[in-house]
Amino acid sequence: MERKSPVFTAFVYVCAILLGAVILAPLAWLFVMSISPAADLAAKPLRWWPQAADFSRYAQLLSRAENSAGAAFTSSLRNSLEVAGMATLAAVVLAVPAGWAVSRTPSVGWSLSMVIATYMLPPVALSVPLYMGLSYLGLLNNVFGLALIYLTILAPFTTWLMKSGFDSIPREIEAAAMIDGAGLLQTWRIITLPLAAPVVATSALFAVLLAWDEFFYALLFTSDQRAKTLTVAIADLAGGRVSDYGLIATAGVLAALPPVLIGLFMQRALISGLTSGGVKG
Amino acid sequence: MSGTWMTTRAWLLMLPLLVIMVAVIGWPLVDTVRLSFTDAQLVGTAGNYVGFDNYTKMLTSSNFTRTLSTTTWFAVISVAAEMVLGVLAALLLNQEFRGRAVLRGLMILPWALPTVVNATLWRLIYNPEYGALNAALTQLHLIDDYRSWLGEPGTALAALIVADCWKNFPLVALIALAALQAVPRDITAAALVDGAGPFNRFRFVILPYLAGPLMVALVLRTIEAFKVFDIIWVMTRGGPANSTRSLSILVYQEAFSFQRAGSGASLALIVTLLVTVLAVAYATLVKKTAGSAA
Repeated sequence: MERKSPVFTAFVYVCAILLGAVILAPLAWLFVMSISPAADLAAKPLRWWPQAADFSRYAQLLSRAENSAGAAFTSSLRNSLEVAGMATLAAVVLAVPAGWAVSRTPSVGWSLSMVIATYMLPPVALSVPLYMGLSYLGLLNNVFGLALIYLTILAPFTTWLMKSGFDSIPREIEAAAMIDGAGLLQTWRIITLPLAAPVVATSALFAVLLAWDEFFYALLFTSDQRAKTLTVAIADLAGGRVSDYGLIATAGVLAALPPVLIGLFMQRALISGLTSGGVKG
Repeated sequence: MSGTWMTTRAWLLMLPLLVIMVAVIGWPLVDTVRLSFTDAQLVGTAGNYVGFDNYTKMLTSSNFTRTLSTTTWFAVISVAAEMVLGVLAALLLNQEFRGRAVLRGLMILPWALPTVVNATLWRLIYNPEYGALNAALTQLHLIDDYRSWLGEPGTALAALIVADCWKNFPLVALIALAALQAVPRDITAAALVDGAGPFNRFRFVILPYLAGPLMVALVLRTIEAFKVFDIIWVMTRGGPANSTRSLSILVYQEAFSFQRAGSGASLALIVTLLVTVLAVAYATLVKKTAGSAA
């Protein structure tokens, strides 16, 4: 091993502190804004730490009083949960058979490559016919319509992850079950899916993160509290005439909480999922 | 079991996925091509066939060329910065120091933060009246007067790029770190014994391991940067004076704000073609890199 000089060690620590500060400072500031009294945020010079922590905005946003900021926020929260939940469930249900098929019969793999290549398409290239189509079907401003479109964003990822997961389950185990007389569905239920459970969980979480993050289609295809998702609600707040910046920050913290918790909790699985394609490259 | 049955069964299992993809992506794409040759409006008239009129009009408009150059600047600078910062952060995180595991864990945070929340956060930081950036720079005596970072054409694009980099360089760092951990220790040790300096060790020993994964990250980030919509929409809506307008925002304005579905569609296809050409060029490059790095 290389012997590290004290100067080098000091340099490493300085860089590490710098990197930590760069990552944490904006996030910490978002949280501080959310608990600072409005007067502190408007003070010059700016008050970096609130005299008294004020959590009232959280209560305000999570209350369901009619025509309040809370009503708009909670309905968008519910819409986001519904759309992400439905789209994720459907994306996993489609991905299991499709991923298994490509894993066991590589000759059909080119169709999955085409499905994945749709990632390159800018959403604007599909937006006009989708808008007209949804309008024709009466699915504009509707959580089902939005979930249907999200499904096509999530399914390529979940199918790819499921395929990689099935690849690591030896065919011989499935073959043994089939020789014992198990049908395909039975083999999946008893052998394949229990072994693939961690991959199913990882791809579902990936899908939730993708759906939670989506903004463009939601902006185009939703117009009021019946279907507006969190991302659109937050963009409305940020672009609107809200004078209390702390309220915008609070909405941001609440919207960021689920994906950030998933990210921290799933760290290892997410990173290996993100890099599996790359490292083998 | 016979091969034909296996293949048929595989297609049957793929069928639900393929049907949905064709219905929600395939058909709209074909319909966009059809629309691009018409003067259709978003609501009302179905439109008449106008040949390549939309394409010639769009390609020769100064809006398009200006927006293309803005998007290219955004993509090139933000992706380049993300790659450099990502690799530097990964090299740091590969050193041994106390708190390393915690710092590695923190890197997931910007990536997990929703894009719209990130854009909102930075919009607040850049706020001309009450923003943290103005306050910090003034209190450190680096600037005398508060500035409108997103309100001036000179700084708006740069401010957007900083916000985009902050969110995305940690992902590059995590990918690069995973690759670094795959570099066998005895190889770096051998290079050290042979008297290779830090730069040569990076260039000839470590970089070959990084090249493949970094190329993949580069491709994905470039495609995303070229399609950019969310962060710009939330932070500036393409302003001020259209100085931060990306191609996706131009299409949105044409098709939805001005309701010109036909010319919007032609513009969307031009963008799609650009992204495809980029992706194919990169894919060839990735194959080459993967071949030589092995």
